[in-house]
Amino acid sequence: MTEPLVQVENLSRYYQNNLAISHLSFNLKAGEVLGFLGPNGAGKSTTMQVISGNLAPSEGEVSIAGHDIIEAPRAAKAHLGYLPEHPPVYREASVDEYLKFCARLHRIAPGQRAAALDRVKQQCGLTTVGRRLIGNLSKGYQQRVGIAQAIIHDPPVVILDEPTVGLDPIQIREIRELIRSLGSERSVILSTHILSEVQATCDRVQIIRAGELIYHASTESLNQGHEQSYTIGLRQAPGLEQLIALAGVDHAEKLGSDRFRVFFSPESNPDALVATSVEQDWGLYELVPEQQSLEDLFIELTHNEETNAQ
Amino acid sequence: MIWVIARREVVAMFLSPMAWIILAVIQTILGYMFLANLDNFFLLQPQLIQLANTPGVTDIVITPLMQVAAIILLMVMPLMTMRSIAEEKRNRTLSLLVSAPIAMSEIVLGKYLGLVLFIVTLVSMLMLMPLSLYLGTSPDGGKLLSIYLGMLLLLASFAAIGLYLSSLTENQTIAAISTFGVLLMLWIIDWIGSSVSNGQSVLAYLSILKHHQAMLEGVFKSSDIAYYLLLITGFLVLTIRQLDRERLL
Repeated sequence: MTEPLVQVENLSRYYQNNLAISHLSFNLKAGEVLGFLGPNGAGKSTTMQVISGNLAPSEGEVSIAGHDIIEAPRAAKAHLGYLPEHPPVYREASVDEYLKFCARLHRIAPGQRAAALDRVKQQCGLTTVGRRLIGNLSKGYQQRVGIAQAIIHDPPVVILDEPTVGLDPIQIREIRELIRSLGSERSVILSTHILSEVQATCDRVQIIRAGELIYHASTESLNQGHEQSYTIGLRQAPGLEQLIALAGVDHAEKLGSDRFRVFFSPESNPDALVATSVEQDWGLYELVPEQQSLEDLFIELTHNEETNAQ
Repeated sequence: MIWVIARREVVAMFLSPMAWIILAVIQTILGYMFLANLDNFFLLQPQLIQLANTPGVTDIVITPLMQVAAIILLMVMPLMTMRSIAEEKRNRTLSLLVSAPIAMSEIVLGKYLGLVLFIVTLVSMLMLMPLSLYLGTSPDGGKLLSIYLGMLLLLASFAAIGLYLSSLTENQTIAAISTFGVLLMLWIIDWIGSSVSNGQSVLAYLSILKHHQAMLEGVFKSSDIAYYLLLITGFLVLTIRQLDRERLL
């Protein structure tokens, strides 16, 4: 399958006269996880609503598995699972009832419904709450029910709008693993404003600001070719110049009396720093790599544009 | 797929106490009225026997009962229809249906079918009262059938109007009040215009009451049926268009 599963071409969307998204084009192949990043109000949710057929595009085309969402909505939607920003759950129904309804809605054959139900409950960690009313579940569990709903019919394209909102850290890790496993054979589009989430789960990242695509790269290339920074703590701290003089160190800055941020040039590591610390008894007690590159990039891109706009 | 949605609508209606309470209250009130009408009939009976071409038990007991039932249901149906779409919009659950591989028309027809199933339950329960007359006397079967159909069509048109107004707002109270307003207006629309000869006939045709009254009296006219079917189709098409249009806004 070399044909892209999701193809978005020149997509624009207006709310009355407000431009929400402007001439977006991208595509997504099977087995890719695409992260959609952007500040609030950048048009992430609008894009997802348009791709899922909840909003009609003002201009441009969206096709899913080769079916146009406007021309052939039924075929396109059959290949799609969508979790909106607010999980679309019926509070008065139990988890099982709700998921059974979703299975019927997605035309899963009666004989396969029970198996599909068991599978998604397993995947989303819902096995213990099947009989409980959704309205009585915590926000995190409601979110999981929302994710279960999006994958119950095993769609080749899954769109998740901020899937980890309201989850606790353990649940977030589980959901990220789930997304990664989904992404192994499917296309997943994921929107978030949590940057580490993109780095942890996505193959590609797109940054969108004020409706425009301003950055597009694979997360791998994002992590490479950037200088790596570490925060370090030293009990008997030497001067800043001594740190900068170390092999591989590009530059450094002082964070406190005994804490520093040290930037290493690409392809080097803090060996020299540790060795020198042992030799000269600096008392190294902290050495934490900072995975800041995406956050820096994000702030740089979104902030610069904002100041330019003003 | 229409059936999948209709089924969920009915389940949702009966999961909340709303449907049960409405059925119970209406059945109690109308049951009491049925008894009162029956009592009245026993008082009148000696005089009726002396008259030629007298009205039967159906005309004296059932027709007035169903007239009252229609007015009560005019106030109650908005409460049943208000949640149909407004609630889904408020809770943002509509996108579940919209993202599923089904057409907007199937969503609307499914919701409408759910309401119709509720209406059939309600009217069938009401019809048990006239049917109980078979225990002691012989009511006019054809007339009862006409009354049954008349009530079904009346409530089905109420539901279509209610469904449309529910699709216009996220607020259930607004949906209920506006539905009630429209229904009442359609009920009384022929009160004016009697001085203008042409106006009267148009307004009289628009009035739901006129068509309903004919069916309660056992007059089964195709023009009445056409009126109801046009009304229902019209409002269902408007609902589908409204939901389709919202994707463009």
